[in-house]
Amino acid sequence: MELILVNLIDGLVTGLLLFMLSAGLTLIFSMMGVLNFAHASFYMLGAYFAYQISLALGFWMALLIAPIIVGVAGAGVERYGLRRVHQYGHVPELIFTFGLALLIEELVQFIWGKNQMPYDIPDVLNFTAFAIAGNSIPAYKIFMIFISVAIFIGLLYILTKTRVGMIIQAALSYPRTVEALGHNVPLIFMGVFGVGTALAGVAGVIAGPVLGTFPGMAFVLGSIVFVTIVIGGLGSLWGALVASLLIGWITTFAKSYNIEMEDILNGIGISTPENLSENVFRDIWALTSPQIADILPYILMVLILIFRPAGLFGKRES
Amino acid sequence: MKKITKIGAVSALSLIVGASAAFADTIKVAFIDPLSGPFASTGTNGLHQFQHAADYLVNQNGGLLDGQQMEIVAFDNKISPKESLIQLQVAIDQGIRYIAQGNSSGVANAITEAVDKHNRRNPDSRVLFLNYAAVDPALTNDKCNFWHFRFDANADLKMDAITDSIVGNEDVGKVYVIGQDYSFGKAVAAAANRFLGEKSETIEIVGDELHPIGKVKDFTPYSRKIVSSGADAVITGNWGADMLGLGKSIIENGFEGPIYTYYAAGSGITAAFGEGGKGSIRLVGEGKINPNPSQEVSDYYNAFLEKHPDGNLDQTRIANTIGMLAKAIEEAGTADDVVAVANALEGMEYDTMFGGKVMMRAEDHQAIQDLHIFEHTNEDIAFPYDGSEYGVKVVNTIEMAGADSPTTCEMRRPDPA
Repeated sequence: MELILVNLIDGLVTGLLLFMLSAGLTLIFSMMGVLNFAHASFYMLGAYFAYQISLALGFWMALLIAPIIVGVAGAGVERYGLRRVHQYGHVPELIFTFGLALLIEELVQFIWGKNQMPYDIPDVLNFTAFAIAGNSIPAYKIFMIFISVAIFIGLLYILTKTRVGMIIQAALSYPRTVEALGHNVPLIFMGVFGVGTALAGVAGVIAGPVLGTFPGMAFVLGSIVFVTIVIGGLGSLWGALVASLLIGWITTFAKSYNIEMEDILNGIGISTPENLSENVFRDIWALTSPQIADILPYILMVLILIFRPAGLFGKRES
Repeated sequence: MKKITKIGAVSALSLIVGASAAFADTIKVAFIDPLSGPFASTGTNGLHQFQHAADYLVNQNGGLLDGQQMEIVAFDNKISPKESLIQLQVAIDQGIRYIAQGNSSGVANAITEAVDKHNRRNPDSRVLFLNYAAVDPALTNDKCNFWHFRFDANADLKMDAITDSIVGNEDVGKVYVIGQDYSFGKAVAAAANRFLGEKSETIEIVGDELHPIGKVKDFTPYSRKIVSSGADAVITGNWGADMLGLGKSIIENGFEGPIYTYYAAGSGITAAFGEGGKGSIRLVGEGKINPNPSQEVSDYYNAFLEKHPDGNLDQTRIANTIGMLAKAIEEAGTADDVVAVANALEGMEYDTMFGGKVMMRAEDHQAIQDLHIFEHTNEDIAFPYDGSEYGVKVVNTIEMAGADSPTTCEMRRPDPA
């Protein structure tokens, strides 16, 4: 029972982290209609910048400065890269972001090398917040939860309650009309792209010490972010949140409990074949949930695409 | 303009021709390992150590035979067996006769099979496979062949040493085994179960599981299970980002016992573990450096640091690989006839600078050497890793570990020409 609570917290942390990445990506998608393949690379940049800044100014300044740098870099990419490519259509845009992802990975390796960076949890947060039945919950995790929730609430507030948010939402759906009303739509797009990448940067800053800061970190997280926004519905902030939490909990619980395929198959009435080691399907019978935990989100994505192609909260029917 | 291009092209061409003539007398060793992706750091560090070993042990001393230099040619296999076979073919097509690979037994299994096949079909361009780190026991047992030589102790030999240490530790009653879901991870788990079962009746294995290799973002759920299982010690064969992720997560989530492992040092891992890993990370391996390295080892290490100030000499077997290859080439009197070189390697006893001997067992091509249990610490460390103050220190030594270990290898040797 206690373990369930612990897993709920762990899954929440994973999910919220995923949300910070997918929130930016899904906003950018609804704006430009293009998936930004380089999104996870901005997450990686966030972690590396934060590591470098934390050496000189400490973790808290890094938390403040690194996302700003990443956001500015993101805005620059939109202004001087994507905007030029945009006129040639979606495929060149896709290829552009794909190339950018590779470029950033090489750049990071060039500057920082291929090793793991000793980017660590700040000392003030390096203690056990509380323990549930012998399972300690590090204070840093609680900190991660607070940061992500604060960002979500802030984002939601800005998008739905402020004038800027209204204009952004309008610009997302009817850019030409908004432009005709005298708003600078390209500037809004650049801003949204910048904020989206800055969010990825924040995720990198706070995830770097826990998940490791190394050149492969973007690659490890890259595909799952796309899965998240597809499940949630492209362009939907709520969808991104729900999908992130769903994925966080599904993977956490699948890893925590050794659910064996044999039990499931027996449970639905298929009995274990004799001579299992001779059976063609022996690998399926021998599967355990921790082994397949990380592909469960992909299975979920396939199911969503089949039964609800627009995603959980998606509006588009294209 | 056109003329200039022509002249340029001609001179470039003549440069290439000239260059290849100058390099005609090099002995090339193809290094096929991941140089990009999640395991890039491990591969790149290995490459640097190979280059250093070749330069320091061979080229600086006037080369081999009649002054031939040794050159390490790097190929990036992205840790994929498929990619490795392509790179292997490229290497063979370039006339390279020695293939070095180590990261991932999955890759090693693919390469050893491909090499065996290639050598049977192409007796004129045979190659040797120098396996410096892939430790799946099968490679020197069921899947052994004459062309494969393993310079690292295999997973069974290492697990033998680890379990000795665990059985000798009276505080350990429950052990948790976790590893990556592929041939090596499975071999580690099987060996841990077998040896613990043989050596002790009281030690209980409270968990035994596998996780996907290189794909786990957050190890927290796994460490929760480990903590709640009440384990006193953890055994894992993880490496690279998977080792750091798992180790850090276990320690952060409140586990206080020792973590016995194979590859938790260097490549940034030591620095990243830092203070947290002190007292919990234990490694098994060969080659003593700390404490109190010999003068020879210090010189070798310092020369390496001059070239790679941030690098680590964390795989001393690489020096043995190059040293033994060089000795075998000298004994055979040729670098082109790999059968002669292989015959010289078989049964070779090599005095390694790190102390003790390395013996290449003839019946299965498994190197037998001293194995140590190391501890991650910042005390008595002459050569720390990763530019940090932490390194690994020998706490326990098993001499010529597993010299009488059994093998199921039935070696098929090439017919004498």
